[in-house]
Amino acid sequence: MIGALSIGFTTSWLLYALLALPALWVLLRAIPPAPVVRRFPGVALLIGLRDDDTVSDRTPWWLLLLRALAVAALIVGLAGPVLNPAQTDTARKDHLLVLLDGGWGAAANWRAQMAMLDARLDEAHRAGREVALVQLTAPEPPQFQPASTWQTLLAGLSPTPWQPTPETLADLANALPEVDFDTLWMSDGLTNLERNALLTALDAKGQVEIVEGSRAALALAPTEVSDGILTLKARRATTALAREITVEAHGTDPSGAARILATVPLSFAPGDASATTDVSLPAELRARISRFEIAGQRSAAAVSLSDDSLRRREVALIAGRDSREGLELLSPLHFLRQALAPNADILEGALSDVLPANPDVIVLADVATLSDGETADLSDWIAEGGILLRFAGPRLAAASASHTSEDPLLPVRLRAGGRSVGGAMSWGEPKALAPFPPESPFHGLPVPDEVRIEAQVMAQPDPNLASRVIAELSDGTPLVTRKHLGEGQVVLFHVTANAEWSGLPLSGLFVRMLDRLAILSATTLSQDDRLAGTTWQPVRVLDGFGRLQNDATLSGVSGEDLATAALGPTLRPGLYRSGARLVARNVITADTELRPAEWPAGTAISSYKATPERPLAGLFLAGALALLMLDIIASLAVSGRLHGARVAASALIVLTFPLSDARADDARAIADTREVVLAHVLTGVPRIDDTAHAGLLGLSETLFFRTSVEPTEPAAINLEADEIALYPLLYWPITPEQPIPSDEAYAKLNAYLRAGGMILFDTRDADVARFGAASPNGRKLQRLAAPLDIPPLEPVPSDHVLTRSFYLLQDFPGRFASRDVWVEAAPADAEKIEGMPFRNLNDGVSPVVIGGNDWAAAWAMDRRGNALYPVGRGRTGERQRELAYRFGVNLVMHVLTGNYKSDQVHVPALLDRLGQ
Amino acid sequence: MTDTARLRTRAETEAARLPPLLAEAEHLAGTVLLGEHGRRRAGLGDDFWQYRPVQPGDSLRMIDWRRSARSDTQFIRQREWQVAQSVMLWVDRSASMDFTSLKDTTTKGDRARSLALAVAILLIRGGERVGLTGTALPPRRGEGQILRLTDMLLGPSGEDFGTPEARALLPHARALFVSDFLGDFDAVEAALFKAADRGIRGVLLQVLDPAEEEFPFHGRAVFESMGASLSHETRKASDLRDRYIDRLTERRARLKALAATTGWQFTSHNTAQSAQSALLWLYRALERRS
Repeated sequence: MIGALSIGFTTSWLLYALLALPALWVLLRAIPPAPVVRRFPGVALLIGLRDDDTVSDRTPWWLLLLRALAVAALIVGLAGPVLNPAQTDTARKDHLLVLLDGGWGAAANWRAQMAMLDARLDEAHRAGREVALVQLTAPEPPQFQPASTWQTLLAGLSPTPWQPTPETLADLANALPEVDFDTLWMSDGLTNLERNALLTALDAKGQVEIVEGSRAALALAPTEVSDGILTLKARRATTALAREITVEAHGTDPSGAARILATVPLSFAPGDASATTDVSLPAELRARISRFEIAGQRSAAAVSLSDDSLRRREVALIAGRDSREGLELLSPLHFLRQALAPNADILEGALSDVLPANPDVIVLADVATLSDGETADLSDWIAEGGILLRFAGPRLAAASASHTSEDPLLPVRLRAGGRSVGGAMSWGEPKALAPFPPESPFHGLPVPDEVRIEAQVMAQPDPNLASRVIAELSDGTPLVTRKHLGEGQVVLFHVTANAEWSGLPLSGLFVRMLDRLAILSATTLSQDDRLAGTTWQPVRVLDGFGRLQNDATLSGVSGEDLATAALGPTLRPGLYRSGARLVARNVITADTELRPAEWPAGTAISSYKATPERPLAGLFLAGALALLMLDIIASLAVSGRLHGARVAASALIVLTFPLSDARADDARAIADTREVVLAHVLTGVPRIDDTAHAGLLGLSETLFFRTSVEPTEPAAINLEADEIALYPLLYWPITPEQPIPSDEAYAKLNAYLRAGGMILFDTRDADVARFGAASPNGRKLQRLAAPLDIPPLEPVPSDHVLTRSFYLLQDFPGRFASRDVWVEAAPADAEKIEGMPFRNLNDGVSPVVIGGNDWAAAWAMDRRGNALYPVGRGRTGERQRELAYRFGVNLVMHVLTGNYKSDQVHVPALLDRLGQ
Repeated sequence: MTDTARLRTRAETEAARLPPLLAEAEHLAGTVLLGEHGRRRAGLGDDFWQYRPVQPGDSLRMIDWRRSARSDTQFIRQREWQVAQSVMLWVDRSASMDFTSLKDTTTKGDRARSLALAVAILLIRGGERVGLTGTALPPRRGEGQILRLTDMLLGPSGEDFGTPEARALLPHARALFVSDFLGDFDAVEAALFKAADRGIRGVLLQVLDPAEEEFPFHGRAVFESMGASLSHETRKASDLRDRYIDRLTERRARLKALAATTGWQFTSHNTAQSAQSALLWLYRALERRS
């Protein structure tokens, strides 16, 4: 170990190999690169020529240096250099015991712990010490093994979601190995009764080094709910300073994605071990919360799972008949309301009104008949997980529909009339309940003697009947039946919901039966009576870091254990399910307190090391490899065989092309938005595209000279690739050959039209087809424009704003002088106001103008301003070209100013100019 | 047995090359129109050459009366002089001609053979007699000679660099020497002087590969001739480039000077260039009278 540079070597004797470098230098220098043998007839002319310099027959010095460096790096790399090697004192034993507390309290510092442990194992490996590692939450007798063995196992260590028990520590103190050893105790800083006893035992064996993390343990107590207010309570172990923390409420949003639904700040005052705050959240949001977490704390204790307790079930109550005034106790819903009110939100109303609210449970008390529509809606709702709870009564008993065939909304077929036992007009005693069978959800509930059934509806004997009965009377007749329908279920109580037929609604059993059917809101662990006799299956459990996991290997837990037993390998914190009920067992209960560990006075406690060792071997070896790679290239270059370099360079150039493309796009967008730029659609026919470009150039020039619109060079638009939103006007010449744009391009075009852009379609056929299918261009236009969002059209009316937006025009000729140009139709109610020459027409710009006058050809001019195409004959032709330019100017003005010229303000001036 | 089989195989291979060479040469020759062939001077022959006014000494029988009746003076109808020439070919078949650096692997030898054969075809169709220098194939006329020439041109000579064959040259014939002329210059000089002594005029065609003209080599290399009889090692080939090109230019200049002295014509052809332009030049050069 060479300590001065704080670089150590694992196998330092290898460094002597560096002495061989000078020999290597001489050797390499003497061997020049091998020549290439080439067949070449011109050699006859070469005979007698001498090389100018004689240097290159030796390896060049820089190549030698490169190789020497590569070999040196290789040697140093193999010698195993380590930066900041751990310093060890000399007074130490040959054995080392590592104790990890390893519970949730250590989770926050786990990474630092593992890093330090890794470094210490490295050091032990170099020193040849044997190590035993014990995690106190999953104790095993200490076994000394080589440090490298433990290093391979480090990745498998993780904190457990429970803390070491005092018994474990006591057991370990009694079962320490015979040999002397040093101890490294990585403590979580939380109190444990047996710590000091174990420490004494360890002290007797050798030096004890205790390490504690700087990050104090935090815990989140279970959330309490009362009247819609959530009370969050956090605890901490060290109390000296004030501390701010944030609690996050996690859950799923309506689309099912996990997200943080709320964040709540909490602050500990100095000296306080707990902090509390109240949060009021909307019921909808509250019901979505699946857990609370202290932000930034990776620990099972910093997670508080919420089960159904945050959620109040919505129960819709529907009675068959209106309760009569003043007879509250006879109302079929009275007892239900009493039973449910503390635990659920109650909806009342007609079935069609409550179904859209999607309640959890719908109670039908003595409702016999439902319309077909209602039946279908209810069936759908049940299939999606609803619970339909029905109670019998005189109407249901009298209804005849379900006697012959099974009603989908009843679990069983009913016999007409029901039966009455123990009444004034009948024989026999009122019946008591039979104990609940084991497969019944009510199994385990005590059956009170005083409950007597005097009347009930009877089920028809049926092959399915036995499997659907979940409670029966002492004579074996069904009292409660149930059937599953899709995700949900239909439950029928064969008695009324009031005390008319039985004493059941008066008893406490009624409420607990409703609870077992998950009709009441969620169970909490504090309600021992509701947990008694149940078995709970873990759904998802927490690991030490506070992450939820599935663990199918865990077995069920009885209700009493779940509430009270200590956490351990068999009882993990997490979510537990029994039937339809879900409860959470959290690491921290409402009365857990965190207390810091108390070590005896004089114990040295260090913290996790700041500068870990860094092995540098990888760096050196990688450097050697890189140098050798360079050497390959350099050797090739020296011997003239580096032909691949040009290929690689050109490949690099090709690779960089797309980048410059994107930049060119941006530059174009910036240039085109800085000025007004007219644009034409590329058709793929070069002649048409050139004409369109020259036409727009001519129009731009005209605009520049005559108006305050000063457009720059027109843009050619590829609909698939280019952004069109930058251009106010698109000129689209139609050719039969041009491809139909893709769906994306149409989406772009429609967005463009809706946002106020204008497309000038030009069929260039003098409109001979009158927009029929007679001309190929007309047919093409129909196909091109079919997916476009185009309003109804009409020929330009004589008072359209296009006729006067700059020049006063009545014709719109291009190279052809066809009359019809089509624009968006005026609204049907546009009427001429008395005394005004123009109607008040469309607001805004017509999204399309369609014509066939080949305007681009009439506008087209070259760079010197000469017209490219002849228009008409002689002066008439020149006049027609002038009108074409005027149309272009009017069009661009219309695009840029909209209906400005429709404004009545201009009417007097226009009237004056029209000579009226 | 083995020898017979191998011989047969080799013969088949060679025979397989023969039709393509012939076809290529025919194709090349087809690109030259024979319309301008002829001696371009009045003499004995079948074709009309020109009308010429009667000069003193012309016999009356020579006057073309039909032409003379149309004007006041008498004219004589002259025919184009047609006389068969002997043309001797020498095509370098040495190993150095097998070199190529081109992607389509056209060797110098391929180009030399197809050019020489194309010229032979043109000449034979023009009525000349064509043969090889030396005693192997004396000049003859007729299509059969083309096949014999093709046959003779294909075999390798076994030398590393070619030396012109100047034996058994017919006096006052014409000759075409095709080679890369990279070998012994003195042998070329001797052959040309010998030919000039016999009054033979002709053409030297130097066929080179682009690599030989540009010397595109770098780094440490050992250059070997195609027959491996010569070799030269260099440590930095790119340094030799300029001096190599100087030597090549000098070699060309000497060849040109030699040709000028002996009344021959010289050109250099690159296998990367089109064969057709070389053929046109050759044909014109052979046609020209000194």
